[in-house]
Amino acid sequence: MTLLAIDGATKKFDGLTAVNEVSFGLEAGEIVGLLGPNGSGKTTLINLVSGELAVTAGSISLNGQRLTGRRRDQIARAGIARTFQLVRILPSLTLIENVTIPAVFGPGRRTVAEAQEVALEALKQVGLSEMATASAADLTYIDQKRLELARALASEPKVLLLDEWLAGLNPTELAEGIALIRSLKESGITILMVEHIMEAVRALCPRVVVMNSGRLIADEATETALRDPHVIAAYLGEGADA
Amino acid sequence: MKVLLIAAGLAVLACAPFAVSDYGLGLLIGAVTYVTLASGWALFSGPTRYVSLATVAFYGIGAYTVAVLNEALPYPLVLISAAAVGAAIALVVGLSTLRLAGIYFVIFTFGLAELVRQLITWFEVNVTGTLGRYIFLDLTARDIYWQMLALGAATIGLTAWINRSRLGLALRVVGDDEVVAAHSGINLARTKLIAFVLSATILTLAGAIASPRFVYVEPAIAFNPTISFLTVIMALLGGANRLWGPALGAVPLFLVFEWLSANFPDTYPIFLGLLFIAVVFALPDGILAGLEKLRRRGGEVRA
Repeated sequence: MTLLAIDGATKKFDGLTAVNEVSFGLEAGEIVGLLGPNGSGKTTLINLVSGELAVTAGSISLNGQRLTGRRRDQIARAGIARTFQLVRILPSLTLIENVTIPAVFGPGRRTVAEAQEVALEALKQVGLSEMATASAADLTYIDQKRLELARALASEPKVLLLDEWLAGLNPTELAEGIALIRSLKESGITILMVEHIMEAVRALCPRVVVMNSGRLIADEATETALRDPHVIAAYLGEGADA
Repeated sequence: MKVLLIAAGLAVLACAPFAVSDYGLGLLIGAVTYVTLASGWALFSGPTRYVSLATVAFYGIGAYTVAVLNEALPYPLVLISAAAVGAAIALVVGLSTLRLAGIYFVIFTFGLAELVRQLITWFEVNVTGTLGRYIFLDLTARDIYWQMLALGAATIGLTAWINRSRLGLALRVVGDDEVVAAHSGINLARTKLIAFVLSATILTLAGAIASPRFVYVEPAIAFNPTISFLTVIMALLGGANRLWGPALGAVPLFLVFEWLSANFPDTYPIFLGLLFIAVVFALPDGILAGLEKLRRRGGEVRA
């Protein structure tokens, strides 16, 4: 059953069409990679799904429920959680407070006491539970990324949007990161992840969708896509001798 | 224990008018008024970090509502009317401006206070034909002090309650990062609007309660922008994010300004400016946070 349906999503900024009639769907429990060269519209698409930007045309729905035209907080409460390409933490709050917030205000609408349990569980999942009462401002980069993931998880989302969550990690951290996302898969969550690191895409995503200049150019099994001449041309430029 | 201590403190303050001179009572009223203004301002501006310079817009609206209605309605109804007018204006202003961020919001709120002042001046000159109004109410200085003390206590109590509620949590997230707040499921417009209206209602009531002391009210008195600036400095000095911070900043600063304006009536605004700069540079998070930092540093040295 299609959980997240993107149907003809289009976003125009003045003359530039950043996302051009993109359509695909996510099945419940799937992890799908969203690939494409820089500037191909991946982050814009994530912004359209999460409501950060409004579509110019087309529609996006979750479980048959229309998301287009709704506010960011309504979309979050419908069950869409996200991380940001440039990490965004809440520096004046502690780790546990950071993660409690989406549990309180997100789809679960939990009481603060319940939300703290959910938050602690999410911090455990990403390996930060021992620093729960530390200030988020004191974290290292990788721990900020973990915190952001814990925050997205604590909202108990139906769909998780990861925008280059693995970028900027060293090889050890990358291996940890991949293992972490794989462990999420087992919990049945549906993930759409923008990713440039092919090692991670191969390890995590059985299926990828590929964008170039705002258009969807491939939606197929990962191994097929990575051999697809259109995809290779998009990454290396037209006429490249693949 | 803490509750008992606070209740005892409040009781002492409530009895204070019997122990002081008329001049002392005047000082007490001024100090409590600024505690109320700074705490009411911080209810919205503290956690959200939206610096509002509209304090005097609402304070003046409160004073003017009393000036217009004091002979037409019984006093409790006058106060209720003032609160309703303040809340209604805050609702309209909030709906139209809370999308503005940072410096734009600051400038807008400053402009709002001037706009209200000019509108009232225009209305009084062209429609009613008088610029000044008199407030004749059968209230003693003690009555005013007790009313203001009750409003101040209610403001701090309300802030304490909000800090522990979902609203308080949402406001702090808004202050840190509105994008994260929205994507966490927080309704930004509603969250900011509720706090802004509550804060504005308190500021309006403070103006209404203080106004019988003026006896004579005209726009230049009721909408003096210095009141807005003082409120901001006081709250920042004590720590706008803490329950007792604004009160802690308001009392000493009010006394200092009283002394300065009595002794250096002409040069006093210079000191105001210097103090503003000093507070922002030396204690950006307020005295309470500064003390904590010192204590932590002291602890590290000992350890």
